[in-house]
Amino acid sequence: MLDADFFRRWMTATSASVDREAERLTALDSPIGDADHGSNLRRGFAAVTAALEKEAPRTPGAVLILAGRQLISTVGGASGPLYGTLLRRTGKALGDAPEVGPEQLAEALRAGVDAVMQLGGAAPGDKTMIDALVPAVDALADGFGAARAAAEQGAEATTPLQARKGRASYLGERSIGHQDPGATSAALLIAALVDAGTDGE
Amino acid sequence: MSDDRLVGIVLVSHSAAVAESVAELARGLTGGGPDVPVAAAGGTEGGSLGTSAELIAAAAAAVDRGAGIAVLTDLGSAVLTVKALLAEGDELPGDTRLVDAPFVEGAVAAVVTAATGADLDAVEAAAAEAYTYRKT
Repeated sequence: MLDADFFRRWMTATSASVDREAERLTALDSPIGDADHGSNLRRGFAAVTAALEKEAPRTPGAVLILAGRQLISTVGGASGPLYGTLLRRTGKALGDAPEVGPEQLAEALRAGVDAVMQLGGAAPGDKTMIDALVPAVDALADGFGAARAAAEQGAEATTPLQARKGRASYLGERSIGHQDPGATSAALLIAALVDAGTDGE
Repeated sequence: MSDDRLVGIVLVSHSAAVAESVAELARGLTGGGPDVPVAAAGGTEGGSLGTSAELIAAAAAAVDRGAGIAVLTDLGSAVLTVKALLAEGDELPGDTRLVDAPFVEGAVAAVVTAATGADLDAVEAAAAEAYTYRKT
């Protein structure tokens, strides 16, 4: 079972890997975006970590709702409301349970991803974070490792796609040949589930 | 709805200068009517380009007269942040609406209409109608 500590570790591990990969995320965001994805997410997840330490929410749902609120407040770019909505809606779907099973997490994440698709209007194949998140949620039944692999493959598979959402979509065909920064950071979020699971053992 | 309660207008842009200037333009074009509550929420709190949920919430609170609030946005994170706040949270006053309208022309139409004491539906309709003014 996964308790509030697990979800705190998930957010802390995401913050650490976003911090580590911030320059790569910003470099990916330079040719097709506005070169701020790494720094924006770094600021957002640092705020998430600080808020979790300060407020110490007691349930998995409360951890994710607090994290989502912090991202919406502090990121400053489109990834803030998108990741914020992902975590907040996932947290709401988990309810007040003190512990949740992996199946419940998968179901809640599915609700979160659906909310992101509704908010941003993106579908799979539009060269967005959805291209990493949907395969990850589909693979979650086979464990965190399988979800991580699916998310990373999904992110890599955005390279030949033409962007249909966000600033990159203004570039038309020139967006082809670049891996999507949002799908790349989404893969970091999913990969951090593995770290959170390992650290707890 | 009482006549002295005007619809509030919030203008959300990636740029503080754009949001402030459009607010000034819209106010300037209302003529001698009542002062419509208009607030700009542009850029981040640090003064960079971007969107701040806090500035949006503060702007909405500042223009809330109890007659509803029309929010106009430019693009990208401005749109998504307002939608996320409306969908998920309790940060915005109850009768707050994201209006689908062109930013500059829609803001002018919204403020001019709000100055007549029109309700939120009429303000929204006027702002959205600005999409239909062709320029060629």
